[in-house]
Parts: sequence; C-alpha cells; structure tokens
Amino acid sequence: MEFLRPATWDEALAAKAEYPTALPIAGGTDVMVELNFDVHRPSAILDLNRVTELTEWTNDGSVVRLGASVPYARIISELAGPLPGLALAAHTVGSPQIRNRGGVGGNLGGASPAGDAHPALLAAGRDVFVEAASVRGTRLIPIDEFYVGVKRNSLEADELIRAVRIPVADGPQQFSKIGTRNAMVIAVCAFGFALHPKNGTVGTGIGSAAPTPRRAVEAEEYLQGVLAERGLWESGELLGTEVVQRFGELVKAAASPIDDVRGTADYRRHSLAVMARRTLTWCWNDYSKQIRSAA
Amino acid sequence: MRVTFTANGKPVEADDVWEGESLLYVLRERVGLPGSKNACEQGECGSCTVYLDGVPVCSCLVAAGQVQDREVRTVEGLADENGELGLVQQAFIDAGAVQCGFCTPGLLVQTDALLEQDSQPSDNDIREALSGNLCRCTGYEKIMDAVRLASARKCSGKGATA
Repeated sequence: MEFLRPATWDEALAAKAEYPTALPIAGGTDVMVELNFDVHRPSAILDLNRVTELTEWTNDGSVVRLGASVPYARIISELAGPLPGLALAAHTVGSPQIRNRGGVGGNLGGASPAGDAHPALLAAGRDVFVEAASVRGTRLIPIDEFYVGVKRNSLEADELIRAVRIPVADGPQQFSKIGTRNAMVIAVCAFGFALHPKNGTVGTGIGSAAPTPRRAVEAEEYLQGVLAERGLWESGELLGTEVVQRFGELVKAAASPIDDVRGTADYRRHSLAVMARRTLTWCWNDYSKQIRSAA
Repeated sequence: MRVTFTANGKPVEADDVWEGESLLYVLRERVGLPGSKNACEQGECGSCTVYLDGVPVCSCLVAAGQVQDREVRTVEGLADENGELGLVQQAFIDAGAVQCGFCTPGLLVQTDALLEQDSQPSDNDIREALSGNLCRCTGYEKIMDAVRLASARKCSGKGATA
C-alpha cells in the first residue's frame, strides 16, 4: 500500500490521475473504520490533510462554496446563517470528536444513503453542485445526479471532490433525524426541508430510506402548487391540516426503504411522514412570522 | 514508512509504520504512550481521544501518516513533567469518577478541551461535549460531578488540591 501526501491541490489531482484506485482520506471518520476492520484494502491512500484550501469556505452573498474538508464543527459554528439546514444536519453527525474531523466531502465520497449531509444538500435548492476536479478539468455535478446507487456516486476514477456549491438560504430550513439516541447514531431515516420564497419553490431530501438519498419530487410539486394557487407566499396564512397531511403522505410515497438492523421499512415510511409534517410546520411557522412582522 | 511528529511536546519517530495504521496504534505500540485506549476502533466510544493540533479527535480514526510533522497531545500530556496530575485528572480522582478506568483517558482529554473552551459549562453542555465518550460502569453521574468539580476549581483559580 502506498501513502500519498500531496502538499497542494494540483499535486493531489496529479496523484489521483496516477493512482486512480487510491482511496482519498481527509477526516478519516469513515475510511479508517474500513481500514481498522480490514473491510477494504486500497492500493494506496491519498491524504488530503495538507491541502489547506479544502478546509476553507467562501460566501459571495448568493452561493456558499464549501471546501470538501471543512469539518462539521465549523459548519455549525460558522455557517448556520447561510446554510441553516446543513448546520442542523451537521449537529447530528456522530460526536464532537467526529464533527471535528469529518466533512461534507467524505459524506459525498462515501455516498452512503445514511449520510447526514445529503438530505440537507438535496433540500437546499436546485442549484446545489458538487465540484469534481481532475487533471482534465473541473465539472459541476448537480446534486440530484451525484448519487447513483448504494455507496456509489458519479465521480470518475481520477476525480476528487474540491467543494460543494450551495445557495445561501432565502427562507427557513429544517432537518430531522430518527435514531435510538441523540449522539453517535446512524440515521434510521432522516428528512431535510427548505422553503425558497425567492423563486417560489420548496426543497426536500430523504435519507436512509432508499438506495440513494433522494428528493420527494411529487411532494415538492404538490406543495409548490398549493402555495402558488392560494397566494400563501404573500399572505403567510396557515397551510391547514389537509395540506400538511397530504405533503407527509407524498414524502412517504417517495421513499423505497428496506428492513434492516436499524429499523423496518414500515417504520421508516411512517416516521418520514411524521418528519415531513413536522419540518414543514416548523418552517412555515417561521416563514409566517417573517411575513407578518414585515407587514 | 517512517512517521515523525510531536507527542506531548517532544519529537517522536516511528519506523516500519504500515500505511493503513492508525495514530492510536502508533501511540500505544510504537512510541510508548499506552494511555489512549483501544476499544471500538470505529469512533463510537471516545476512549482514544487525543488532541491533534489542539483539537480533540478519535486517534483510531486518524491515519498515522496524517500526523507527520503535526502536534499530538495525549492523556499523558495532561500531567506535568514531574508526573503531577492536571486539574481535570485530579478532579476525576477526587470525585470518584473512575471505575474500571478504560474510558477515563478519553473523558479526561475531552473534558480538558471542554473547559478550555468554556470554563463554566452547563450540565447540558457537559453532556453534549461528552456524548462521544462511552462509560459502561459509572452511569455518568460521578463523571458529571468530576467535570463540575474541575470547572469550579478552574474558575476559582485553584489547581489540583492535595
């Protein structure tokens, strides 16, 4: 096994081109578990800790460019304003020690359906892009197209994740996760929700209840339709039980969960409907308050 | 491969390190610092918590090669040169927060980090900060007492009492 330690991003891309089967490691919170238990023995390990720009983020006022290795602890302390949904999700990751090391790049690289960042990224808007780079250049992969199967993503063998581009929140966002305790839990299932009043859309993200993280597209379309038809974006009036219930049912229908050690498919479907109703209600209450206080 | 880094203020060197080896293994088996404990090897228990460049992390989840030229501080580094225990260590003893002791090194480092950030944490803050450190003996009440005691001593400016 080789241990590659590039000092710069260009060196990292060159190393990945030369060793396409090298396993990138940054925070190590997933990769080292596999090595410790000998689940996986890669031909080479590509350490990205020396590439300091991966731990930086920028915000131009409309988009946050989040470096792949910015640890969850810093997403919580530095980015809760522009990325509230992701910051809430980050708070549910592992433990303080894990949040000090792990970042969104690892969640994306691992592409586990249970990764906590995914529902928040999917809900954050249609313009969330994974910045994948190689010696051949950089491409922006829409987040919907990034996840292709259980623990599989759409990266090419010579590509590394440089950053994720996420629109700055223009409305309330929420994240909800089911587990047996508050810390150190892999999600039984999770749900991210966001209101995007600027373009009259809503965002959803389902975690741990399908082969890949996914949106609940019909639920989004239904809710967008209701909000537009009834002028609710302008009035901020109550949604009503029927709308909230229907939204929950459509989110539930969008999942295709399995029975496993963490929970049954039925439980996952049921709890997704509950989480969808709750997160919608929380967000809409916040939005209503904003509308009323502005009026 | 060879890995050189700073451990508790002193330069250390480990040879013949396997590329997939963890920092925890290097500390315990190669550089004579067995204070950090190996329990779960998957970041679930916190027994191996050390400072890496001043940030508490699970040393079982850091690849040895990643600590090249960096600074590690282990539970051994919480005591001073003469072996006099640090404030947090003494508080754990005085509060009776140690039973089998296997989780203790991780709890000490994580508590030290908590009190460095916030010398007067609320009970909720303590529980949150220690949520990644599992103890299967004490039921955590004595550990909570120990952290409160360390906090009180730190705030009153007293070090470890004899």
